[in-house]
Order: sequence, then C-alpha cells, then structure tokens
Amino acid sequence: MSDRITVTIDGRAVEAVKGETILDLATRVGIKIPTLCYHPRLPIVGACRVCVVEVEGARALVASCAFPVEQEGMVIKTDTERVKAARRLVVELLLASGDHNCLLCESNGHCELQDLVYELKIEQPRFSAEPPRHPLDNANPMIYRDLNKCILCGRCVRGCNEVQVNQVIDFGYRGGKTKIITAADRSYGDSNCVFCGECVQLCPVGALVENKARFAGRPWDIKKVPTTCTYCGTGCTIDLNIIDGRVVKITGNESGVTNQGSLCVKGRFGYEFIHHPDRLTTPLIKEDGRFREATWAEALDVTARKLGQIKEKHGPDSIGGLSSARCTNEENYLMQKFMRAVIGTNNIDHCARL
Amino acid sequence: MTVAGLAAAFGSGAMTNSLAEIAGGEVFFLTGTNTTENHPVIATKMKQAVTKGTAKLIVADPRAIDMTRFADIWLRQTPGTDVALINGLMHVIIEEGLYDEEYVRSRTEGFEEMREVLKRYTPQFVEGIAGVAQDDIRKAARLYAGAKRASIFYAMGITQHITGTDNVKSLANLAMLCGNVGIESAGVNPLRGQNNVQGACDLGALPNVYTGYQQVGDAAARKKFATAWKASGLPDKPGLTATEMIPAAAKGELKAMYIMGENPLVSDADLKHVEQGLKNLAFLVVQDIFLTETAQLADVVLPAACFAEKDGTFTNTERRVQRVRKGVEPPGEARADWEIIADLAARMGYAMQYRSAEDIFAEFTELTPSYAGISYKRLEKEGGIQWPCPTPKHPGTPYLHKDKFVRGKGLFHPVEFIPPAELPDKDYPLLLTTGRVLYHYHTGSMTRRDNGLNFRYPEGHVEVHPVDALELGVAEGEKVRVASRRGEIEIPVAVTPRSLQGTVFIPFHFFEAAANRLTNPVLDPIGKIPEFKVCAVRVEKLG
Ligand code: SF4
Ligand code: SF4
Ligand code: SF4
Ligand code: FES
Repeated sequence: MSDRITVTIDGRAVEAVKGETILDLATRVGIKIPTLCYHPRLPIVGACRVCVVEVEGARALVASCAFPVEQEGMVIKTDTERVKAARRLVVELLLASGDHNCLLCESNGHCELQDLVYELKIEQPRFSAEPPRHPLDNANPMIYRDLNKCILCGRCVRGCNEVQVNQVIDFGYRGGKTKIITAADRSYGDSNCVFCGECVQLCPVGALVENKARFAGRPWDIKKVPTTCTYCGTGCTIDLNIIDGRVVKITGNESGVTNQGSLCVKGRFGYEFIHHPDRLTTPLIKEDGRFREATWAEALDVTARKLGQIKEKHGPDSIGGLSSARCTNEENYLMQKFMRAVIGTNNIDHCARL
Repeated sequence: MTVAGLAAAFGSGAMTNSLAEIAGGEVFFLTGTNTTENHPVIATKMKQAVTKGTAKLIVADPRAIDMTRFADIWLRQTPGTDVALINGLMHVIIEEGLYDEEYVRSRTEGFEEMREVLKRYTPQFVEGIAGVAQDDIRKAARLYAGAKRASIFYAMGITQHITGTDNVKSLANLAMLCGNVGIESAGVNPLRGQNNVQGACDLGALPNVYTGYQQVGDAAARKKFATAWKASGLPDKPGLTATEMIPAAAKGELKAMYIMGENPLVSDADLKHVEQGLKNLAFLVVQDIFLTETAQLADVVLPAACFAEKDGTFTNTERRVQRVRKGVEPPGEARADWEIIADLAARMGYAMQYRSAEDIFAEFTELTPSYAGISYKRLEKEGGIQWPCPTPKHPGTPYLHKDKFVRGKGLFHPVEFIPPAELPDKDYPLLLTTGRVLYHYHTGSMTRRDNGLNFRYPEGHVEVHPVDALELGVAEGEKVRVASRRGEIEIPVAVTPRSLQGTVFIPFHFFEAAANRLTNPVLDPIGKIPEFKVCAVRVEKLG
C-alpha cells in the first residue's frame, strides 16, 4: 500500500504508516520514548519536549509525540547522547520549577516526573529551586491541589476542556507566573468545577491528587480490581484501589469500553458508603416495635415461615417482591425465579418506573 | 419505563444504538434527559462532538439544563406537552416533504393513520399548547430531518407522565419518519437511570415476562421455565407492578412483601400512601446494605453485600453486559443478595444450589436467547458484550433493527396530545416537576453518606423562578412550605431562572424534604409510571 514507508529507527529498518507520529511508531516497534505532556486520550500539543529525538537532516531535535513520519528512508535516533542531554535538561528545569520533595508528596511512587528523574539517571538537582509559593487548594474533600508541584504539562486543561468539555480550568497569567486556574482564579470548591476528577486522573505528578485517599496507603501497595460503576446506566469501568481489604480510592479504567478512563463525581468520589459505619452487619428482627440483632438461621427461618403461612392462607398472589436495579443480573434472575417458582406469583417488579 | 412504547413501535424496548456511535452522530435530539447530571460520561461524548463541530444539538426541555449551553436550538416546551411538540415537528417534516418516503414505504406501517392525526398539529397550533415559537419548531424540524444520521436520546423527563408511553411512541414515530432507525449513530435511545435497570428488565424482574421478555402468558414459555426450574403451576396472569403493589397493600390485598435493594419510601409517588401501604402489610422483609427508610418499617432486615463485595454482571443502558468483580469482603455477616435468596428458597423447600454467580449466569443464558452467546470467559476477554448475542461466536449487536425491525415492520402510532392529570389552579398555582442532581443518586442512601458529595450538595432545595420568588416574597436560602393535595414539606429556596416562571423544581433524593410527599401517583395506563414530572403545588412563607 502506498501509505507504507520504510524508515530507520535506532539502526533498525522498520515499516511505518505515513503520517503516524514518531512516538506511535516507536511504541509499536518496542522502543520506549519518555513523555510527559502527551497522553493517548488527549489532543497532542508537543509542549514539554521530554520526548525529543534526532531526525537526520533536521537541525533541531523534534518532539516525537507530535512529529509525523512522512519521508521514505527517514532516519530517527531516539537514544543518542544529544537526545539524552536534552531530555535531562528539560527534566532538571522542571524539577527546579517547583516543590518536588518526593518525601512529602502523596504521589511518591506514582509520578511520571519522579520516574523520569530515575530513568535519566539524574543524581543531583542541577539548578536550585525557587518554589512558586502557590496557596494550597484543599478545602474540598475530593481534590487536593498543590500547584507548587505543577509542571504545566496542560494535561488537566485538555482533559477538562476537550474530554469532559466542562470548561472549568485553563492556563492563566503569563511567563514565569503561568499557572492553571479556574475562572477568576478561585479554588476548585468555589468554582463551577463538577468534580469529575478527569484532571486528577491525567495529572502526571502530585499537583492534583484525590484528597480522601491521602495517607490511605502507598501506591505500590494498591491492588486494583476492575469492575463496573454502581451508579448510573452508563456502565463506566472503574478500578477499585484496594489496600488491606479497604477501597481507598476509585480510578477510571483507561481501557473501559464505555468511558475510556473518564468518570463523573459519583463514580469517582462517591465510594465512602462501602465502608460506612452505618452498613448493616447482621440480620435484624423486629420485636415489640424494636429491632434486635439475630442470627442468619433465625432471620431466614422467620421469613420462610411467615411467607409460607401467608401463601398458605391467602394464596401466592398475596405476596409481592421488589427486585433491584442496583443488584446484579444474577440476583435479579434469582429474585424473579424465587417469586415465580417458590412463591408462585408474578408479583415481581423493580424500580424501572421511578 | 420505556419498554412498552418502544416495544409497540419496534418490537424491542431497548436502546437502539450504542454510546460509541455518538462520536459519529450528525444531529442529537435530546428531550427529557438532563444528561450532564444524570449520565455525565454520556454527556461528555455529546459535548465533544458538538464542540468539535461535527454534530448539531437540539434540546427540548422546559428547564435550562446544562446541555442547553451547547444546543444549536433549544425548544423550551411547557412541561407535559411533549406529544404536541413532537407532533408539531412531524407536521412540518411532512408538510415540507422532508421525510424519508422510501423508508416509510418499505420498512414501516401505519403511516397514513398517523398522518391524519398530525394534520391538526400545525406549528401555530403547537405554539399555543407547548409555548414554543413556530419558527423554532420549523428550524428544529428541518435540522433533524436534514441529517443523514440523527439520534434521539431521552430519559425520565419523557416517561414520567401519564402520557409516558405516548411520548415514547411519538419519538419512535419521529425517528421512523426520517429513516433514523436501524442505522449507525441514529435511533431512539432511552438512557437508563440506574446501573442495572436494563439488566433487571432483561432478567425478568417484571410482572409480565420471564428473562429476555418471554411472556408469562405464553404457554410455551411457561412450559420451558417450569421444566428448567422443576416448578409446577407457574402462574399465567401478569402480576402487579411496583406502583400497583403499594395500593394493593393499602387495600389489604397484598399481605407480604419481600423488598431487595429498593427504597419506595423515598422513591415512590405520594409517600403518605406508600407509608400507609407498607405499614398495612402483615409481613415485610427488606434486604439492603443500609437501614433505609423502608427497612425501618420491616419485620425482618437482611444485611446485603454491596457491589464492591460480590461477583456478577450489570447490563448498561446500551445493552452491554459487563462484569462486576468482588474487591473486598462484606462487613460483618452481610452476604451477597444471591446467596441470601438461595438460602431462603432452600428453607422454603426449594433447592437453589449455586457455587458462584457464574453458575447462575450459565443457567439463565441457556434460557435466554438474547444472552445465549455470552459467558464469563468471553466477558473476561472482550470486556463487555451487547445483546442480542445468540451464539458463542456472535460478536454482539451495536445497533438494533438493521434491515428489519424486531417486530417486522416499524409501526407508526397516531398519538393525540392529552394534558397532564393535575395542572395548577387557584389553590395550587404552581407546577412542580421533580428530578435528580449530579451529586446524588436515587434515594440517597449511598450518596448522602459521602462527605465529598455532601460538600457539593448537602440538602435539597426548591428551585423558584426569580419573578415567582418576588411575588411570593421569598429569598434565597429561606425555608418555605411546599404543599400539594397529597402532602407538604419544608425546604429552602434556591432562586434561579432554570425553570420557567410558574414552575418549581425539587430533586427527590432528600428524605427530610421529600419531593414525593407532593407528587401525584396517577399512572400512565400502559407503562404504569407515575406522573412525577407534573403536579400542582403551592409555595408558602413559613411562620
Ligand atoms: S474535576 Fe473535572 S470539571 Fe473540575 S477542573 Fe477537573 S476536569 Fe475540570
Ligand atoms: S496540574 Fe498536573 S496535569 Fe495540570 S498542568 Fe499541572 S502537572 Fe500538568
Ligand atoms: S462514573 Fe458516573 S457516568 Fe459513569 S457509570 Fe458511574 S455514575 Fe454513570
Ligand atoms: S511528550 Fe512530547 S512534547 Fe511532551
């Protein structure tokens, strides 16, 4: 096919699709190029220049996430000293631009900047840091925002505007004062933010983190269990983030078929009910108008006996069952089977009408 | 419930198309769906297409919902006048010759009868009923009919009326008229409010059907289930709907109820009567994760596991079956709902022996042709599968009615406008409409226990138009009494022009100021859905 061309990348001749980015090609053939402002779900901006590579014939290094493979015979080098030095410089400058004390950061162990420092073998910060002294934005229980750690990659801005289309945040001010802001530079809680948390999920560093999950455990201890959101009918795929048998946070699953990682506020932040102290933990039987705790055997026996007696005396149609749109398919099936086969009535419904 | 209206027109009540197809849409027609608050992630897909400029958006909604900010045309009809509005759109489309004649001829029936009825619904006539400018009706009709692929999305704003089934049939009419059913990125798409409404319907938690909509009145279906379940004498008469059970309990005809994971004492219309009905039962057993308002009335309460504590599947609004996976243990002695039901059955002398949720899944897929090809194994590999999926090799079905409707030909229904059951009058001069907010879910038993969500939305408000607020002499945040013929509540005011003057809005999640103390329990005769969206109320200053 005419859109296939052959190029050389790190000395290997490979087939490329004309127009694809160098980054996409490299990823496909198993060559890893570091990135920061790039995210597969976001429009490409080519801003951070962590992903630079050498293209023979081009004077400057090019940003591989944005640069298309166009020419037959193009020669690309992703791992030269020049490339490594350039990347290192970018990362060293980012390190110096903010307050990157990993010891005191919730994202320690889950941070793309930290990973890059390690990958690029940076042993000493080269430039001294002058932290920007942005006030913390932590008054809301959901999103903890510390812009002193922001590297201005813009992923949150693109997520908020182009993925969620909530149009809440943007780049504000100019030059050295540039900062991610809401309208009139208010806190998240005082803005029209709808707390979808897209920005948190996309942020590569510790500038935006889930407030409720702070100090709940270390990223490397988290076990992720993919499942389906329990709220609306969209059916977003979520990851339960579990530490020591507790759901400490919920994140969007990037390979979710319906949501591709996006969630809304309920799906992402509405999980406190799971381990809430009000949860029912034992069967209850009402006696003289008050509940007392009971064993399963007692509670099921009373229920079976009562339902049996009423069926006997008034017929199966004197009993009704309400199944639940919150329960699983398996449970709904079993509930209607129970009402029909065990009780013997079609009085079975759920809240589809409400 | 949308099943009745769409099933009558198409032969299937489910969402015709898929969420992924939104990206390829040309025109979206949204009505009775506050998408950004109730299906936020679906809304993002629509907003993306509109802001990229690849799709146009028509919103028909009495409230200034967020989606109107993205709309090319916003039709602000008077609540309860949907049939008139949709008939008006079709009138214009036929009058201007914009409909798909070939499609109507080859794929549908009943067109002439409908056309007769539509004659009367001139834009001028409709403006008089629905309060939408003639010019806007014409513009919207042309935009919808002019697209090669236009999709309709709706939710409870369409179904929660006495004419809910009529409203749905009207939307089906509109879609068929323009050849928009059976093609990609089009169709008629009910957005299901709760995670597994679709699945609960599919698996037979309805009074008239077994799994996969096999009728209880059909002798062959009864025999099939009787054999599989080793049960004799399965009843052939459809049972009571949820909305009929409560009045039956009040009358003493229903003696006992087994309620799993539902909270009618907040969610149903006319709560005073719901409470009377439930209290009148000789025996009530409630199975839930919290001691809900309804559970407090129970004789026996059974503690259940929540979604994070069990295995299973949910079916989302686009018919996609997806896995639910156990991540953590249930608290204390709480158990998965399916385990509890199975144990109860055993105690009543009927053996239900399942080792896992997967066992149950395997049992019902055998009895349910539309689910027959789906297995946990496949779900693990493929992520999610859309029914109908009749065989293990079948890839699933992104959109329905391709080349042929499930019922054969698509059926047009002539539908006349009928006004809501209760409209404002001298004693109750304001129109109340109810709904949901982004930060809360249904009866609030889960979301109202969350600090994050409560930070954003701690309590209910009655939204009052600034002009009405001025006339009533009430201010932002002031607590007022809202009364209807059925009950009254006290609730703080939010002054906002989101609703039309003369209309107030109250979200129903909040038990202490429950909108459903006010709502009218009158039902759509076919769908049996209460008219949550329109009733008459009075707002009074306290003290
Ligand atoms: S939480 Fe969502 S709406 Fe709020 S700023 Fe982040 S992306 Fe935007
Ligand atoms: S807050 Fe995070 S995502 Fe946003 S620009 Fe800063 S570093 Fe990037
Ligand atoms: S995350 Fe939000 S949009 Fe997605 S399924 Fe859950 S409630 Fe619905
Ligand atoms: S990742 Fe390529 S420029 Fe940022």
